[in-house]
Amino acid sequence: MAQASAVEHHPTSTGTDNRKLLWWIFLGSECLFFGSLLATYLIFKGSLAIPPFPTDRIVDAAALVGVSDAAREACHSIGNNLFECEGILDVPVTSQSTFVLLMSSVTMVLAVYGAQNNRLKMMKLWLLATMLLGLAFLGYQVFEFTTFGNEGLNLSSNQFGASFFMLTGFHGTHVAVGVLYLGSLLFASFRRSGLGPEAGFHIESAGLYWHFVDVVWIVLFTVLYLIPA
Amino acid sequence: MATAVETLAPPATQSGIWSWITTIDHKRIGALYAITGFIFFLVGGVEALLIRAQLAVPNGDVIDPELFNQLFGVHALTMIFLAVMPMGAGFFNYMIPLMIGARDVAFPRLNALSYWIFLGGALLLTSSFIFGGAPDAGWFAYAPLTSEQFSPGRNMDFYVLGILMLGVSSMAAALNFAVTIINMRAPGMSLLRMPVFVWMTLIISALLILALPPLTVALLQLLFDRHYETSFLSPGGGGDPLLWQHLFWVFGHPEVYILILPAMGIVSETLPVFSRKPLFGYSAIVFSGMAIAFLGWAVWSHHMYTTGLGPVQKSIFAGTTMTIGVPTGIKIFNWLATMYGGSIRFTTSMYFAVAFIALFTIGGISGVMHASPPIDTQQQDTYWIVAHIHYVLVGGALMGIFSGIYYWFPKMTGRFLGEGLGQVHFWLMFIGINLTFFPMHFLGTAGMPRRIYTYDSGMGWDFWNMVATIGALVIGVSLLVFIANFFRAMGQKPTAPNNPWDAATLEWATTSPPPEHDFDLIPIVRGRDPLWFDRDHGHAPAAAPDSAVHIHLPPPSYYPMMMAVGVLLLAVGPMTHLVLTAFGAVVIAYSVWGWALEPTD
Ligand SMILES: [Cu+2]
Repeated sequence: MAQASAVEHHPTSTGTDNRKLLWWIFLGSECLFFGSLLATYLIFKGSLAIPPFPTDRIVDAAALVGVSDAAREACHSIGNNLFECEGILDVPVTSQSTFVLLMSSVTMVLAVYGAQNNRLKMMKLWLLATMLLGLAFLGYQVFEFTTFGNEGLNLSSNQFGASFFMLTGFHGTHVAVGVLYLGSLLFASFRRSGLGPEAGFHIESAGLYWHFVDVVWIVLFTVLYLIPA
Repeated sequence: MATAVETLAPPATQSGIWSWITTIDHKRIGALYAITGFIFFLVGGVEALLIRAQLAVPNGDVIDPELFNQLFGVHALTMIFLAVMPMGAGFFNYMIPLMIGARDVAFPRLNALSYWIFLGGALLLTSSFIFGGAPDAGWFAYAPLTSEQFSPGRNMDFYVLGILMLGVSSMAAALNFAVTIINMRAPGMSLLRMPVFVWMTLIISALLILALPPLTVALLQLLFDRHYETSFLSPGGGGDPLLWQHLFWVFGHPEVYILILPAMGIVSETLPVFSRKPLFGYSAIVFSGMAIAFLGWAVWSHHMYTTGLGPVQKSIFAGTTMTIGVPTGIKIFNWLATMYGGSIRFTTSMYFAVAFIALFTIGGISGVMHASPPIDTQQQDTYWIVAHIHYVLVGGALMGIFSGIYYWFPKMTGRFLGEGLGQVHFWLMFIGINLTFFPMHFLGTAGMPRRIYTYDSGMGWDFWNMVATIGALVIGVSLLVFIANFFRAMGQKPTAPNNPWDAATLEWATTSPPPEHDFDLIPIVRGRDPLWFDRDHGHAPAAAPDSAVHIHLPPPSYYPMMMAVGVLLLAVGPMTHLVLTAFGAVVIAYSVWGWALEPTD
């Protein structure tokens, strides 16, 4: 996304390109955005009263009053007026989607390499691969959201549903924006002038964003899925 | 595939409405910000006058309680987000590139985008008065009063969506100015040679970049609670209303500094110039600015002493809040020391700067008082708090802004605001502020609550309420004098020389008003007060290049305004029909595409 100004051709005070500096500062701000969403998730995680729960949990009968049928099905009586509710998170499936997203970072690195070394065919190929992996991740997320919906988890089911969907949903939105971003670069690279003399820079900036979105997912996957209740 | 994509050709002329809509010149955008901000300042002022008219006498019936609540909330929102912040942004836009010796900001089109999104958000928020009722839950909009259940109208939707838009605008501006200041300084202008106003802008940008995300998350939670069935904030559904307070004040306290630091930057420019002395303790002022920005993150819960925090938390937040008074005090003493021994010129700008120190100190002292939890528990939600914020924001931020207006007016227009009318404006305003807000200390200690729309006689509040209303009228008259002064000045021929005040910073090295490209030659900075250094060390200004030299500037663009329209549609969607949101997304996508492909050379 070219952004030229009258002074762009002069060296900057720090030697770093203005646009790259903008990206870095913006990503710093994004950290606080996801941080606030994650903090909300963690605040409510400790005080969840009604199912569906993220991980297996034992509750008494009172917690099942007014809960949807789908959510109640996951809870089995273990006597003594107690119920064991199965956790909803499916770590193996999400590990697959995490792997897919991690691989997309590898293909992104290859695309940047191609762009910076003027190997345009390589760049286009790996850009396409990165997009497809991103789309696959989104596919996994659609599958996960639908499954959770069928199991009684939604925005209004409980605080877990609300904060989980908001957090991972906004992350998914970032992935989707990234796919569109890469897609428009790929599309533009087929013009006669290609991406112009700064192709390497444009792909590198897109890569910066893409890696950031990946890193955020690594944090979310660790905190939401891997660290037990 | 596509070989060429048409982009909209920008208009060829330099005047007329389209040249303003498509402008990416930081000076024009600065002027747009300043004028828009001042118009909304008048709107907020009228709201305040209605409030004061209602409260002038016991059992007043000028306006009904519903309208009073709306005016009460929107007055604060207008003054904070639509008046003081944009007037500050007007100075950033106009002055920062000039003060660091650059030809524009780092991202001129992004700069235009900030302005147009701000205008859209401002109009959205204000239009609520016409479309079914303005936000009526105070500017901090505490949950669960704001839930669908307790605020069923659209009022709070206007709040959520309007503030979200204004947040996007501020974020874009803050990113732009951070990059500009870090990266676009003229040769020789090291960080510790930057004017204090530039430093304060950098610190404000950092605050905005880090404080807006928590606010955005809080607003999104409220939006989802109201429209998409979550219950983050309503206790009925398992939510936590205090979550809103924490997220809001994590933004809200840094916001206080976002409002006051521009004024601190401005008086740090005007006091030395009119004292004919370099700023005393430059480094101390810069580093205490940073300390304020840092400590500003660790004090938010002082707004929440009465929500049942434990004694440990209260002690910690009381400690950090009292600590933050120290760097503020350092600045005040440095400003006083700057004036001490100087040969002071009492221009109108200087009057406002000195009044800033005095009034801000009063507001600062009452602020340190309610850093103490037991005292705050007594003062919470009384007129004492109203007195405090207005001494800080009117006596502080606004006096600083007026000091800047009188100081930089010749640079921006080539004309001088009249000193005679200026003195009348200053004294009326100074008297008006103290008449309005000092009695509020008495009202607060007499127990008058903050958000009541009327009161009975015999509470001991009658006299001071009447005084406050008279004071508000005096402030109103002072602004009429200022407006008259403005139009009188604009009717005159531009006669201002490059550096009429014998000031030290780079904006005074170019013509008044500056040419479109700001500087014929990028200046070289040899000291902290560059123009004084050159004057004292016999460096003549570099000879201007011959007139044939063409300085290339990026062309104007339609896309910032178009993208802002898309953002407005995006925001209006949740309130009306999501089709509008989808349409807005399409407009944004089209603008991004055109933006990226538009030639900038
Ligand atoms: Cu505060």
